[in-house]
Amino acid sequence: MIDGPVIQTRSLTKSYGRLDAVRDLDLSVGANRITAFLGRNGAGKSTTIKLLLGMIHATSGDASVLGARIGESKESREMLRRVAYVAENKPLYPYMTVAQMIRFVSSFYPDWRPDAAERLMKEYELPADRKVKSLSKGMRTKLALLLAFARRPDLLILDEPSEGLDPVGIEHLLQHLVAQSADGISVFFSSHQIAEVERIADHVCILDKGRLLVDASLDDLRESYRRIDLVFPSIPLEHEFRMAGVERIETSGRQIRIFSSRNSRTVVQRAYELNAVSVEVTPVALRDIFLETVREN
Amino acid sequence: MLLRLNPVAGQPIYLQLMQQIRHAAETGALKDGDQLPSVRSLAEKLVVSPNTVVKAYSELEHEGLIELRQGSGAFATLKRRTRSLTDHMQAARRRIRDLIERLHDDGLLDDEIRRAFEAELLHTAESVARR
Repeated sequence: MIDGPVIQTRSLTKSYGRLDAVRDLDLSVGANRITAFLGRNGAGKSTTIKLLLGMIHATSGDASVLGARIGESKESREMLRRVAYVAENKPLYPYMTVAQMIRFVSSFYPDWRPDAAERLMKEYELPADRKVKSLSKGMRTKLALLLAFARRPDLLILDEPSEGLDPVGIEHLLQHLVAQSADGISVFFSSHQIAEVERIADHVCILDKGRLLVDASLDDLRESYRRIDLVFPSIPLEHEFRMAGVERIETSGRQIRIFSSRNSRTVVQRAYELNAVSVEVTPVALRDIFLETVREN
Repeated sequence: MLLRLNPVAGQPIYLQLMQQIRHAAETGALKDGDQLPSVRSLAEKLVVSPNTVVKAYSELEHEGLIELRQGSGAFATLKRRTRSLTDHMQAARRRIRDLIERLHDDGLLDDEIRRAFEAELLHTAESVARR
């Protein structure tokens, strides 16, 4: 068990010329939970992960992973042994067979679990004697996942892990992430697949254009975001509803639609005070929260 | 015990899980003394975060519906209070059913009724919380 955040960044910025791939990122990822890093393609998710793993260097700001500052070579080398990482493009050695690849990787990690590796081999139906280069995209993904899951890291970082998997593969992946979490391993995974995030994540961070827009527990999001549709006897004044938590107001004749991130009760209260003839409150799914926040950005 | 969750609903999954377990107790699918699945196996089966199951179980323990025993897991403890709660729930269901029937007669659709309920619950939630 680890106390405190497993990942923490302070004003982390990475610029490529005039473009900020990651801008002023203050991220805190708690231990012993599943955190999803959600964003469109090119939002800066992979850049952030590469920064955390010391694969690229920050333009400014700093970060720590498992308490070790990134960039401090000795500290981070020690830290990297406790982190399992599944990269987006699954870089593996193409000329090795699956069995050779597993043996090779296992030799670097004292915490390797041969039984887990064997079980996953069977479950994923990975062909031991096939060369890595002749594997399909889905098979490569499965091999990369096996190499991460067969260790016992403190932190598991996965960059778009479901990419290239079919629905059955995705189901297996999610089950494994849940099992890892049950073993006390902190899981941090990036994705643009809302459906998978919605199912297993405890916490969600939404990144867009290099900026962190939402950093909240999924339970809180589910409880606080609401769409409120109101109808008034006469044309209502939008400004009556400009209050904390109201993210967007849409008016059409005597109708008002309000998208609120919190305080929906106050909005409803106000609507009744203004003699609304109809008040409808609907919960908002993560998909809509995502689309709304990205659109506001 | 067969459970189903809806991740798309605007309700935290742990609350859904609590409701389903409560429902199982109310309908008799879960009996006094029955053992509930372990956190790990339930999380894997439902494909939800283990923390979600932990939260649901500890809230249910707080409500007195289940008991967590050191080293052996979670067990249903359906005491008299729970049973009278069950009767209340059944009575409430009947009343709601009647109301829905009347609203149907008035020409309202299910979806409209659902949204109206949501709005009214939100409207009254604060005063109920104060009571």
